[in-house]
Amino acid sequence: MPRIGTIRPTRPADIEISDLGKRYGRAGSGIFAMDGVDLSVPAGEFVCVVGASGCGKSTLLRILAGFEPATKGTVTVAGEAVSKPDPERGVVFQDYGLFPWLSVSENIAYGPRQARLPRDVVRERTSRFLEAVGLTRFAAKFPHELSGGMQQRVAIARVLANDPSVMLMDEPFGALDALTRSSLQAELSRIHRETGTTVVFVTHSIEEAVFLADRVVVMAGGASHGVPGHIREIVPIDLGTDRDVTSPEFNELKRHISALVHQGVEAAA
Amino acid sequence: MTARTDAPSTTDTPTGTSAARSSASSTESSAPSTTSAPATTSATAERPASGSAAPVPTGKPTAAPAARRLRLPDRSTWATLLLALPVPIVGLLLWNLGVKQAWTLPFGIQMGFLPTPVEVAQRILDLAGAGSIDDAFSGTLLDHLGASTVRVLSGFGLAALLAIPLGVIMGRFSLAFKMLDPTVNLTRPIPVTAWAPLTLLIIGYGDGSAIFLVFLAAFFPILLNTISGVRQVPVRLVEAASMLGTRSGQVLYKVILPASMRSIVGGLRIALGLSWVILVVGETVGISTGLGAMITQARDMSKTDLIVAGMVIIGLAGFVADRVLVGLVKLVTRSRPTLS
Repeated sequence: MPRIGTIRPTRPADIEISDLGKRYGRAGSGIFAMDGVDLSVPAGEFVCVVGASGCGKSTLLRILAGFEPATKGTVTVAGEAVSKPDPERGVVFQDYGLFPWLSVSENIAYGPRQARLPRDVVRERTSRFLEAVGLTRFAAKFPHELSGGMQQRVAIARVLANDPSVMLMDEPFGALDALTRSSLQAELSRIHRETGTTVVFVTHSIEEAVFLADRVVVMAGGASHGVPGHIREIVPIDLGTDRDVTSPEFNELKRHISALVHQGVEAAA
Repeated sequence: MTARTDAPSTTDTPTGTSAARSSASSTESSAPSTTSAPATTSATAERPASGSAAPVPTGKPTAAPAARRLRLPDRSTWATLLLALPVPIVGLLLWNLGVKQAWTLPFGIQMGFLPTPVEVAQRILDLAGAGSIDDAFSGTLLDHLGASTVRVLSGFGLAALLAIPLGVIMGRFSLAFKMLDPTVNLTRPIPVTAWAPLTLLIIGYGDGSAIFLVFLAAFFPILLNTISGVRQVPVRLVEAASMLGTRSGQVLYKVILPASMRSIVGGLRIALGLSWVILVVGETVGISTGLGAMITQARDMSKTDLIVAGMVIIGLAGFVADRVLVGLVKLVTRSRPTLS
């Protein structure tokens, strides 16, 4: 697998979230979908957010991305308050969100072009990240000609081409089959090591979280539980690189997180 | 987690191919189409009619465009022709027989009053200046066709020029939509044919009226299709564009327009078809050149062969106009997926 290369993306950024809350609907009506969320993510860390449906993990990510405003609290990335989407905070969606009328390489070149980088820089970055996700041979193809896994690789490359200081990923591998999923997890883990970008990764899969994360944030609650979504616990994962999903330590962590996620869910279900 | 990603695995291979796309375009060009509702073909044309397209190119992605450029008629083209030809041939034979034997059909259609297909063909040749009938209409085809085409293009072009921007605004901004949609929906049901008498009084006989009627007919299909196309643009694409650094002023051009292109083109095709329909109405009164005027004059002189010849020519003109529009869209969008 080709390396991404010597040019390390710009300084990864730290994320500070304090007393974050989100309420849908009019002020004064309805309960908070998410409330009282405090989280610090040091620059370069890989954080996974898990939790049952409706716990607010996607809302948290969308606020971080700047797609939705918070009702209360603050979010800062690299010391700056988040107010709108920015190429410094690249987002990878579950449904890819590729531009179907642009070829693979044009999708990857989109961000750098928007940033009005010189042509040769755009070309260099495009080919570097095409290579990084193993899609050089498919540069001229269009998204509909690729499998889901390949489309998601394009989506990742397209975000990386912007040199983001933070990558936000919303269940990016949720729609993929198990084989493709595990190969993309390994690839993402390698890409994270090489770029050092801060990653916030929302997932349903506890195994995926334990495999990828430096820390796993377990969220609980949600409007349907009558309690706003909140952070139940933050579990550090000290398994180093090259994790073995069959090892006892790995499974002990899985069990622990699984218990945290499910605690209280049965009562409400 | 080492070397399993440099080649895509079996679960990770490309699916659709450009071979499928090229066969889709060949079926599209031979698909039957009418002038009044050409947009119905746009949905069906996306799928290849048969699975006999060229084998999927594997290694080289460059192989497909080369094959597209050559495009010799392959087996599926012949099959399409073979399947399409019998019906019109039998139809022409029955028509000929019916005229000769003066059949009376349901609705009281008296075929004895009709010209034969051969007489119509002779008339068309004569109109084109290569015939032997030699009357006031001989060799006037280009005058009539030219005048009609100019009217259709003026009215249609004007409608597109106004309706597309307005549709984008109404589709994108709910304030504009709420302000304008009720008026649009109240105005739209008035048939363009009902506008015709008023138009003649307030604009007067001549090009102006005909162009205005064509404009009215073309305006609403373009507007409505543009609105619905713009409203259906996936939010995800707008989000993706914004997190990739698209300035808000550019979202329209970078995302909204390309993502609603298909719908807009669908509206343009319906509108262009309707334009030819309304043209005949617009040319009925007070105009001496144009295909509609020619048909009206032919009716006054009971020249049924000329009437049918005019009908055939209008049909062909509408068909060609639709093909040209589709071809132009393909050219401008360079045949990119979801754009053309």
